[in-house]
Amino acid sequence: MTKFFSLLADGLALGAVYALVALGFVVIFRATGVINFAQGGLVVFGAFLVYQAEQTWGLPFWVSALFAAVCVAAIGAAFEGLVLRRMIGQPIFAIILITIGLFLLVEPITTTIWHNPPGGIETPWGLSRVTIGDVKILQVNIATVVLGAIVMGGFFLLFQYTKVGVGMRATAVDQEAALAQGINVRRIFALSWAIAGVVAVVAGMMLAGGAGPAPGLSVSLAVIALRAFPAIILGGLDSPGGAVVGGLIIGVAEVMTKGYVPDFIPALGPEFGDIVPYLIMLVILLVRPFGLFGTPEVRRV
Amino acid sequence: MAGASRAMIRNYADDLRLFPTAAKRVSLVVLIALYLVIPYLINDEWASVLALAGVVAIGAIGLNLLTGYTGQPSLGMAAFIGLGAFIAGYYGGGRIADGIGYEFNVFVYLFIALVAGGVVGFVIGLPALRLRGNYLVIVTLGLVFVALYVWQKWTTFTGGNEGSPMPIKADISLGFWSIDFLKPTVLGKDLGPKQGLMYLAWGFVIVAALLVKNIVRTRPGRALQAVRDRDVAAEIVGVSLFRYKVGAFVISSAIATFAGVLYGLYLGYLTPDQTSLGLVLSIEFLAVIVVGGIGTIYGSILGAILIGALPKIIEQFVPDNWNLPVLGWPIVTNSAGATGFTKGALSTIIYALLIIVFLVFEPRGLAGIWRRIQAYFKTWPFSY
Repeated sequence: MTKFFSLLADGLALGAVYALVALGFVVIFRATGVINFAQGGLVVFGAFLVYQAEQTWGLPFWVSALFAAVCVAAIGAAFEGLVLRRMIGQPIFAIILITIGLFLLVEPITTTIWHNPPGGIETPWGLSRVTIGDVKILQVNIATVVLGAIVMGGFFLLFQYTKVGVGMRATAVDQEAALAQGINVRRIFALSWAIAGVVAVVAGMMLAGGAGPAPGLSVSLAVIALRAFPAIILGGLDSPGGAVVGGLIIGVAEVMTKGYVPDFIPALGPEFGDIVPYLIMLVILLVRPFGLFGTPEVRRV
Repeated sequence: MAGASRAMIRNYADDLRLFPTAAKRVSLVVLIALYLVIPYLINDEWASVLALAGVVAIGAIGLNLLTGYTGQPSLGMAAFIGLGAFIAGYYGGGRIADGIGYEFNVFVYLFIALVAGGVVGFVIGLPALRLRGNYLVIVTLGLVFVALYVWQKWTTFTGGNEGSPMPIKADISLGFWSIDFLKPTVLGKDLGPKQGLMYLAWGFVIVAALLVKNIVRTRPGRALQAVRDRDVAAEIVGVSLFRYKVGAFVISSAIATFAGVLYGLYLGYLTPDQTSLGLVLSIEFLAVIVVGGIGTIYGSILGAILIGALPKIIEQFVPDNWNLPVLGWPIVTNSAGATGFTKGALSTIIYALLIIVFLVFEPRGLAGIWRRIQAYFKTWPFSY
């Protein structure tokens, strides 16, 4: 059982990261109807900016995190304003392709600027562990879940109780009607991208800081972040709550598979865990194409 | 009635003609002449660049049938390219020394690739019936990672993490005429394997272009475009969604796998990993059809010629260390850790920027630019 609980801790931490990335997808999807492939890129960029501020400039961890969050939010909003705004009215596929182009830019740019940094991000929690019974849990895992919960909580408060949040929900329902009510839809779009940038930084920073079974700071974080796609499909593209549930399920399933497959079916290899999210996604799509909590798509003729 | 008036479109049959004008027929002859002559004239470096462009063009034509004409976005190209390449390794005698696989002629396993690609395409096409747009992109994204896992685990077929060589055995002998594409002899001159591959690849570009052109200009093609424009409406007027959506996946995947075989032969050796068969390869094919022009066949070919072989061009013709003139900023470097882009990074960045710039400023791609130039000269001197 010890193994089960330590895997569960890893899985929940990874799930919290997926949930954060997935939230970023959902915010942008609800506001603009675009699936943002670049989200994984923002995660990587955020992690490297934290590294830059903390390791190179010697700033404290939380200040670095704040710096990276501001930068990535600005990058997200700027990309929306400069590129995506010109694409309004174009086919969805073209807009997705543009975000894929942005995603493609991130890896070569980060490797060119930072190469392969030898160290990772030093979090306040380091490698210290908490022992509960026989189970040793990395503090950073607990911190990830807590931080994720705080960010998501703040997110729901923002959506539910602030004027901006109501504006975002209104825009998601009907852009033109929102515009007619005096909501600045353009600002909502830019804000959605900025929020997605902030949650991406939190996710990237915790991944690079050692949460879950992550490989530390490297550009392959983008591939990990792509696995948040199965999470949003599972939860439903337009449901923030679904993103959280989906992220946690996918994270736990992935880590459990990685942990138990070598014991039971060694032929599959530990890499099997990497594709489990996609396999779950395929099954879900065939059974419930709109996810567990998503709105069924109405096709008007 | 003969002569110039033949160029006029008077009825639907005229509109459907494959080569409607004299100019088109002349340009066809010129293109075929170029196909025969160019490999004969150029050196090995350029032959290698153009051979890769030909391989990419075939794959891009297949992708364009699916994405451009049927409106089913797909990120799954890398999976099919991998399938084709490993078919080339397994059936081409790449690992015959280990007692694995077969040693067939290239034309045999090109056919195997068509069948295998079609079958896999059918399986992928089935879920695509229920999914559209956003969801399909994500499913095909998953396909890339699942395929990569399968290649790494299925060691009998792919050689696992060590990969597999892909040797070419490509000779045809028809009694009166024989040619070996590995070392073709044209007009008494012996050419190298790169030129041979160029003949092979561009020959199939012509075949694929004619095949897809014939599909899209006839009834199935109109059905595909109806599915793209509004699938519900298409179904109501009697287009079977099952038949045409799945059909488009089957044909497109078969062509992509076919291109994969040639890609394997071009590389000569392939290991299944993120860099060689990952998402970036799929995106490169999407970049080719976006830059060339979505929903046009000559656009796919133009795009493949201009940017399909971009990594190869950068690898061969950009110096290892290159600083910006005057300012002296290091742009290209080959040592890890130094300032400047590595060549791989440079070509990825160019692909990404091309996708963004073309989609924002010229969504119809090179084909759109070409069409505007044509229109300008057709209406000259009254062009606006």
